[in-house]
Amino acid sequence: MHADQADGVKKTVTKTVFALVGMFAFAFALVPLYDVFCDITGINGKVATTAKRAIGEDVNTDRFVTVQFITRTSAGLPWQLSVESHQVKVHPGQMTEIDFLFTNRSQSVSGGRAVPSVSPSAATTHLRKVSCFCFQEQQLQANERLTIPLVFQLDNTLPDDISTVTLVYTLYPLKESDEKPSVAKNMNNKNQEI
Amino acid sequence: MAPKIPQQSPLQHSDTVATAGGIPQHAAHPTGWRRWVLTTNHKEIGTLYLIFSLTMFFVGGIFALVVRAELFQPGLQLVEPEFFNQMTTMHGLIMVFAAVMPAFTGLANWMIPLQIGAPDMALPRLNNFSFWLLPVSFTLLLSTLLMPGGGPNFGWTFYAPLSTTYAPSSTTFFILALHIAGISSILGAINIIATILNMRAPGMRLMDMPLFVWTWLITAFLLIAVMPVLAGVITMMLMDINFGTSFFDAGGGGDPVLFQHLFWFFGHPEVYIMILPAFGIVSAIIPTFARKPLFGYASMVYATAAIALLSFLVWAHHMFVVGLPLVAELFFMYSTMLIAVPTGVKIFNWVTTLFRGSISFESPMLFALAFVVLFTIGGFSGLMLAISPADFQYHDTYFVVAHFHYVLVPGAIFAIMAGVYYWLPKWTGHYPNETLAKWHFWFSVIGVNLTFFPMHFAGLAGMPRRIPDYALQFADFNFVSSIGAFFFGASQLLFVLVIVLCVRGGKKAPAKAWEGAVDLEWTVPSPAPLHTFETPPVFQSTDK
Ligand code: HEM
Ligand SMILES: [Cu+2]
Repeated sequence: MHADQADGVKKTVTKTVFALVGMFAFAFALVPLYDVFCDITGINGKVATTAKRAIGEDVNTDRFVTVQFITRTSAGLPWQLSVESHQVKVHPGQMTEIDFLFTNRSQSVSGGRAVPSVSPSAATTHLRKVSCFCFQEQQLQANERLTIPLVFQLDNTLPDDISTVTLVYTLYPLKESDEKPSVAKNMNNKNQEI
Repeated sequence: MAPKIPQQSPLQHSDTVATAGGIPQHAAHPTGWRRWVLTTNHKEIGTLYLIFSLTMFFVGGIFALVVRAELFQPGLQLVEPEFFNQMTTMHGLIMVFAAVMPAFTGLANWMIPLQIGAPDMALPRLNNFSFWLLPVSFTLLLSTLLMPGGGPNFGWTFYAPLSTTYAPSSTTFFILALHIAGISSILGAINIIATILNMRAPGMRLMDMPLFVWTWLITAFLLIAVMPVLAGVITMMLMDINFGTSFFDAGGGGDPVLFQHLFWFFGHPEVYIMILPAFGIVSAIIPTFARKPLFGYASMVYATAAIALLSFLVWAHHMFVVGLPLVAELFFMYSTMLIAVPTGVKIFNWVTTLFRGSISFESPMLFALAFVVLFTIGGFSGLMLAISPADFQYHDTYFVVAHFHYVLVPGAIFAIMAGVYYWLPKWTGHYPNETLAKWHFWFSVIGVNLTFFPMHFAGLAGMPRRIPDYALQFADFNFVSSIGAFFFGASQLLFVLVIVLCVRGGKKAPAKAWEGAVDLEWTVPSPAPLHTFETPPVFQSTDK
């Protein structure tokens, strides 16, 4: 190899190594970027995990939207999650409250968390949760039953082509590492925030 | 089975020029096994890559035959479903990362320096290291099959949380093995880029390079761009499994769909990594045996670059059913269909090259022609899958399996075989036994179509992929597929036979082994001496 070739090789290698490191960092940068992107657009169906203030919108009584609820448990958590009604019809702007029943069907205390997902994703940013059990982790004693309400509102700007919104709650066990005392009990007071 | 590469031929030894530059000449050549372990010679390393790849082709093939044996009849007969899942997973991983990719790297090692008139690769020691990482990686990967809980069982796409929360405990070894294989490909890619950009014969401009070199240059850039993303994804998996993070765990605030985005951001360019060098091989063989220059050289280069760029914009066509918003469905549907345009340009150019050529049908040409026809079928089924509303029906069925096997087996693998038959005279100094090679070709074509064509129908009728049992109405299709698979597998023994015979003897090949061949590799003697182009050749640019 000639000296100039060796120089060229060195330069090429340096550049490619920079590109490599950059792409590796990019892969990790995509994680927060993805979350930001999804927060703004709501495309992964993740709703805000903090309470929103109810907005005093006019209730659009001309329009009905069906809101469906699906509840699921996952392996490793002996709980059951049920909902008072699987489907409600609401008007955009209307404040709605619906009860969810958590049951620990085992003989020991355990912790869990309900993770929500909204479909179609275009409805995500129009769903305002004023109060939700999904903002916190829950801790249930052996055989305990706990009723916690969900209070939500669909805003008036919900796109016209959406006539059904589905809310899925999946229960996940808390990992041992992040099992901490829960505030869920305080939520038992239904009228707390309204 | 190692080809006999003669020790240095005095003819090629012009130390004056070579020692003036950077690489010190090897004073003494180690002999015996040390020759192969310590070699820094691009031809020997190329041979090692090719032997490794061929071995793994059979290992992965045996796994596939376990799968096909189980699917021969409905019901569960031979293996446990858990083991079945490990077989589909391992088959995919081995074929992608240990058979197809190393085969192309091996061909690159052998042929790129010869085609651009360079004495060796730019970084010969790194080259040795990149190769030896592979046996380490795949020994580790295969050993997971013997670990408690079994090997990876979550498909070659290893979707989280199936591959994290619900994975066997050997998954950490799987991740390590994949990291090592990834580093090997990355180092190989760096070496190839450095060689192509800096070591071309004086006078050879980029637009004078043979297409195999061009397609590999672009492939190497793809590797540099996406292998780190794969490394990132598996690192996140590693952390989810061992360090309590929740990148992909919805319970901890992560998102399993994010895994798919990241994986396919790597995965789709990866499928082009497995096909672009094949385009290069076919673009060398068709003009040779049609005895006409390649039609549309420049458009071939631009089409390759366009395919590579577009391949970053289409990843979510693998995720049409995860619940993408409508605009995303549309965007990824149209961008995917757009890729068919540069691909179509290539097919058009090959066909036009054949038009009015004086064609002869030696074994490399047969494989190349079969490539053009059968790869196109795979392209068309890809277009069907790209129709997002239709994909809701086809996704995760055998139709997808049919699609990607058409682009990969009679696509990538036929191109590799075509390349092997084309360059064997250069490597060994002998022509492969043409009669046996033709039998191998016809058996392979029949085997491939028997195996994979019925999968289209099974898939359209709704048979899911990655399931060890199936409903009765799919029995006939699977019966044919399984027979085809065993037929295809057995006929690959012929391939080994042809190669072994060719290494050991056969009709002597001259420097220019094929009448219509033009590139620089045909100016050095056959078999190519260990050291070539130590004095750079004079390159006459012909306007392509
Ligand atoms: C015209 C070109 C192509 C188009 C339009 C296309 C389109 C698609 C689509 C839409 C899918 C997803 C199907 C599904 O999972 O529902 C798919 C899967 C796949 N394609 Fe292609 N494709 C093309 C070419 C190729 C090539 C050249 C290769 C590789 C050499 C390839 C390899 C694959 C693989 C491996 C999968 C399946 C991955 C998996 O889920 O395991 N495709 N293709
Ligand atoms: Cu793809």
